Amino acid sequence: MTATGTAGEQLVIKGLHVAVEGQEILKGVDLTIGRGEIHALMGPNGSGKSTLGYAIMGHPNYEVTAGSIELVTADGTRHDVLAMEPDERARVGIFLAFQRPMSIPGVRLAEFLRHSVTNVRNPDRKEGEELMPMREFRSELKAKMGELSMDSEFAKRYVNDGFSGGEMKRAEILQLAMLRPKFAILDETDSGLDADAVRLASESIARIGGAEMGILIITHHEQLLEHNIPLRTHVMLGGRIVESGGPELAAELHKKGYERIRATYPEAAAAERALEQTAVPVGA
Amino acid sequence: MTTAVAPPASTPFTRDLLELMIRGSAAPDWSSDLRREAVARLAALGLPNRRDENWMRTDLRLFKPAGWSFRPAPAAGAALPVGLLTAGSTALAEDFDGIPAEAVAPAALAGRFAALDGHVVVDEIAPELAAQGVVFGSADRLLAERPDAFRPHWFSVIDSGCDWFAALHAAFHRASAVLYVPPRVRVTTPFHVLSALSDGGLDTGHVLVVLGEGAEATVLTETAGGGASGNGGLHCGGTEIVVGQSAFLRMVNLQNWNTGVWHFARQKAVVHAGGRLQWTLGALGSRLSQVAQDVALVGRNADAQVNGVMFTEGRQQLVYNTLQHHEAPACKSDLLYKGALQDRSRLVWRGMIKVDKAAQKTDGYQRNDNLMLSKESRADSIPGLEIEADDVRCTHGATSGRVDTDQIFYAQARGLTADEAARLVVAGFFQQVFDRITIAPVREALARAIGQRIRRIS
Ligand SMILES: Nc1ncnc2c1ncn2[C@@H]1O[C@H](COP(=O)(O)OP(=O)(O)O)[C@@H](O)[C@H]1O
Ligand SMILES: [Mg+2]
Repeated sequence: MTATGTAGEQLVIKGLHVAVEGQEILKGVDLTIGRGEIHALMGPNGSGKSTLGYAIMGHPNYEVTAGSIELVTADGTRHDVLAMEPDERARVGIFLAFQRPMSIPGVRLAEFLRHSVTNVRNPDRKEGEELMPMREFRSELKAKMGELSMDSEFAKRYVNDGFSGGEMKRAEILQLAMLRPKFAILDETDSGLDADAVRLASESIARIGGAEMGILIITHHEQLLEHNIPLRTHVMLGGRIVESGGPELAAELHKKGYERIRATYPEAAAAERALEQTAVPVGA
Repeated sequence: MTTAVAPPASTPFTRDLLELMIRGSAAPDWSSDLRREAVARLAALGLPNRRDENWMRTDLRLFKPAGWSFRPAPAAGAALPVGLLTAGSTALAEDFDGIPAEAVAPAALAGRFAALDGHVVVDEIAPELAAQGVVFGSADRLLAERPDAFRPHWFSVIDSGCDWFAALHAAFHRASAVLYVPPRVRVTTPFHVLSALSDGGLDTGHVLVVLGEGAEATVLTETAGGGASGNGGLHCGGTEIVVGQSAFLRMVNLQNWNTGVWHFARQKAVVHAGGRLQWTLGALGSRLSQVAQDVALVGRNADAQVNGVMFTEGRQQLVYNTLQHHEAPACKSDLLYKGALQDRSRLVWRGMIKVDKAAQKTDGYQRNDNLMLSKESRADSIPGLEIEADDVRCTHGATSGRVDTDQIFYAQARGLTADEAARLVVAGFFQQVFDRITIAPVREALARAIGQRIRRIS
């Protein structure tokens, strides 16, 4: 891997409003992540963290009603992410590790990933063109699985089908490792993992990310951040990032919860309460 | 039951035509007499109508019995439509374990038979198998040579009087193929039977497969050709299968006519004690299909696994009536049909597990899953159980649904295009039935063909 040209590359989100089924969830989010930076995103359940991830990735049910998401390359060229299909976003180097990954019965993880890796590495590939050679793919996959202490048999299982919560999260990390995106959103990648597995995940993410990746870590816990010290920690409440700070902010939230935040930002707290009353809980 | 209404006006399938056919054939007299009985029944039958439960969901309004006739023999060297199973065998895919995918290479076949428009054009058997007593090829020739092997079964397995198409087939079958594998002979390479049509042609081929005690064989039958629209062809066929005691047969029927072809087929297998049958139906083609697929388990511990893979599009309409008939104790039958439907196509499966009083310890299962790829497609699943024994385990299930948009999004988020994602999700849907088909080239040909047909999911 080379570091040339990564400096200065940014994912820039401005004034983002997102509605789901006609209801506004995100109410103006601003966030800029540079490659090589780690940002943590915290906030109570239902505050809109996953919604932000879906909107960045382009889920069709999450409608962007205002604002912009741009990928700004080192030379200053701005790419309009919102104009891209989800797969085009993946091909320009954006990755979302799902809080609740979908299962695709009958499709082996290895086969899925071979398509995935081929497309992401050759963004101009037309459908039907050759996939990455099996031999090459297989040895790379086996090596990566080894690094993540995963049994290579795992790749023969159907994508997330019958996986435990922990297995799903590890499969997401494996995909992150294989795809090496420029920007990754890790949505509660630590939930469902036991303490040892979280430590391993934390180390793996640090190793995969290095100085190459801009990472937004959505988490409720400190352990995942152990090896991934965030440059900034952001707090989301009622669909807005209300406060950003350094490690001391993360520490405070872990110790004391969100009461001070709610008290300091009564408007966002009111939005949170309003959402709680109308919103349908999603896949909880 | 089919009610006899007035015979269809001006059908070309007359006694006179039949006598003409018999005069031109080398088949033995006993088989000609069976034809004459069938033509008498045919004359008394009308086309099936919607009062008959088996035909209730089949739209025959545009089917006209007049206007069909046998084409003259094709000129030597006439192009033969290529079957799916023998096509594309050069693309050697490789799976995750690095095992190269097999393909049906013509050289590796135990025997080859092909008919075009009701004329035999290929008729070959590997000499070393013939030397072991295996008999394979054109029925006209072999019924006379080996009446001991075929006469007891020829048109005794399927019911040739149950409806107009069955009677038509029994009277006018032509360019038929037979296979006999003697006791304890195990043939590891497949036999291949191709039925082909030119645009507007007529095929009435019959297939009889008889496995002696402890014998083993694999038979791949497939159809190809016909016209893509209008009355692009008529297939009125029949398949009879006899699996002897402790014998093992893998049978594949792959229907891949072009979309103008009318396809009517009556297929039945009888499995004797300890015999095993793995029977796979693949259906991709035809304008309208009506298929009866019956399995009779007549000896203790007989075992039948039935697999169905259907993909329909356009205005195709495919109707399947299946029967798993447990006549003997301690037998097992396991049916899994999976269908994916695109455009305005329609798929009907009506299944029945019938357990006779004597068939205690029966283990019967039937399941039909359908995946709708468009809002206009329609699938009907009608499972049924008829159980007279009291110590049995019989279950059935059916599902029908649409492609999950969250699955597509997940795959897109990993860089697959929406089309690629759809193809993968549909392939995954079929994987469960592919996992049961132990013949790799059949799995691959079906997967490839289905993959090529899937368009954007709506
Ligand atoms: N697909 C959806 N359908 C309906 N409501 C949704 C959907 N996705 C999110 N929401 C609502 O949006 C709000 C934010 O949810 P989410 O982004 O999942 O929060 P977080 O990830 O911070 O817990 C919640 O009130 C939730 O009910
Ligand atoms: Mg969430």
